[in-house]
Amino acid sequence: MSALSLRQLRTRHVGPLDVDIAAGECVCIRGASGSGKSLLLRAIADLDPHQGEAWLDARACSSMPGPLWRRQVALVMAEGQWWAETVGAHFADGCDPAWLDRLGLPAAALDWEVARCSTGERQRLALLRTLVRQPAALLLDEPTGNLDEDSTARVEALLGDYRREHDAALLWVSHEPGQAARVAQRRFVLEDGRLVEEGEIDRAAADGGEAAGADKAPGVEGAAW
Amino acid sequence: MVIELSVLDLALAALLILALAGLSLRLGLGMEQRLLMSAARTTIQLLLIGLVLKLLFDNVHFLWVAAMAAVMITAAGREVMARQKRRFTGGWGFGLGTLSMFVSSFTVTVIALVAVIGTTPWYAPQYAIPLLGMVLGNTMNGIALGLDRLTQDAAARRSVLEARLALGQDWNETIADTRREAIRVGMIPIINAMAAAGIVSLPGMMTGQILAGTPPVEAVKYQILVMFLIAGGTGFGTVVAVSLGARRLFDDRQRLRLDRLRTRMD
Repeated sequence: MSALSLRQLRTRHVGPLDVDIAAGECVCIRGASGSGKSLLLRAIADLDPHQGEAWLDARACSSMPGPLWRRQVALVMAEGQWWAETVGAHFADGCDPAWLDRLGLPAAALDWEVARCSTGERQRLALLRTLVRQPAALLLDEPTGNLDEDSTARVEALLGDYRREHDAALLWVSHEPGQAARVAQRRFVLEDGRLVEEGEIDRAAADGGEAAGADKAPGVEGAAW
Repeated sequence: MVIELSVLDLALAALLILALAGLSLRLGLGMEQRLLMSAARTTIQLLLIGLVLKLLFDNVHFLWVAAMAAVMITAAGREVMARQKRRFTGGWGFGLGTLSMFVSSFTVTVIALVAVIGTTPWYAPQYAIPLLGMVLGNTMNGIALGLDRLTQDAAARRSVLEARLALGQDWNETIADTRREAIRVGMIPIINAMAAAGIVSLPGMMTGQILAGTPPVEAVKYQILVMFLIAGGTGFGTVVAVSLGARRLFDDRQRLRLDRLRTRMD
């Protein structure tokens, strides 16, 4: 049950930005490479020095220690990094086999050597590595960038369920117009350091008819994707 | 007891250097200028320190000894900084190594003087300065190696460190592997030196004492003492320097701040 809000957030050539992502909402961002999408996510996760403030409900980022904030507002980087030899060593408390299964991975995946995993396997495992820590908000940097169609659908479904079950706020960077239409309630383009909204889509529709309607009237779906 | 060396004796030894320079010229190694410069520096620097030590021994006063120690530690601090490919910016580049050496080398030397050797006065320069010099020289190597490893490794593994931070690990957990490795690298030379002493190498200090006529077993005892002092100084100094350096890589928000390092331009 956590909403993520950015207030006058500014990092290098991005911002100042004011954005509110409701609890249980998914917001997609696209933008040319070099437009600062990753920088923005890094600033929200408080990995880079920045100005302005990010809020998780009523708790400000600056009011809690960095690690505590990052456990709740979790950044999943585009390139997953691994430091131990086996996959399982990165999962301190193990991983629900059901989640592995949902992403098309066997339960034995935790015993795999990281070096022998494919890029796609690593990307899915890196996502799970974050999800098992049960963050309140997720910052996703192209979480399906290295995945085929089937795995992409699995990741989208799992993230959708996670969002609904935990009422998590999702900020999702994606290059793929179709994906943004599938997973997001609102979509933005990052241009010259500003976020421009791309016309709202029916939140209820994207949510499988389950969530409440958006606070603004459903707009026409942006054609620019 | 000691056979005094005349200028002629040293000149004979200097022929070795000249011969080497000639060979370098003939083979086109391009080393002759640096070789001759270094040989000249060693001659002048050592003669000067000989004069300084003579002065110091003739005028035993705590302030003179302290001043000499301060000069030595400052020089060592500069040397540690000069050996870093990536230095900490601001006063940290110089301060980190110097502080750690002060903490470890000084403590170890003073303990040895007061508690082990028991000289009167405890700062007797004939013991204090050579001991500090030997401990400091080795501690300097350990700290320089450790810090260099720490900063190089942090820069090379930046994405891994940031991934760990992004997963909510604190700075201490994030840097633990890198820090352990850096401390290990700083301590290995002295551990190896202790293991090889007497079998592969005859340590310089012991050799010097024996040349000066000290009974071998006495010289050996001093050498063992010095080895332990060096190991203590190097070990503790490296731990302090690398730990402080590792903390400095992160800010109060526990972000990895590689912008606090400056790459040497050369």
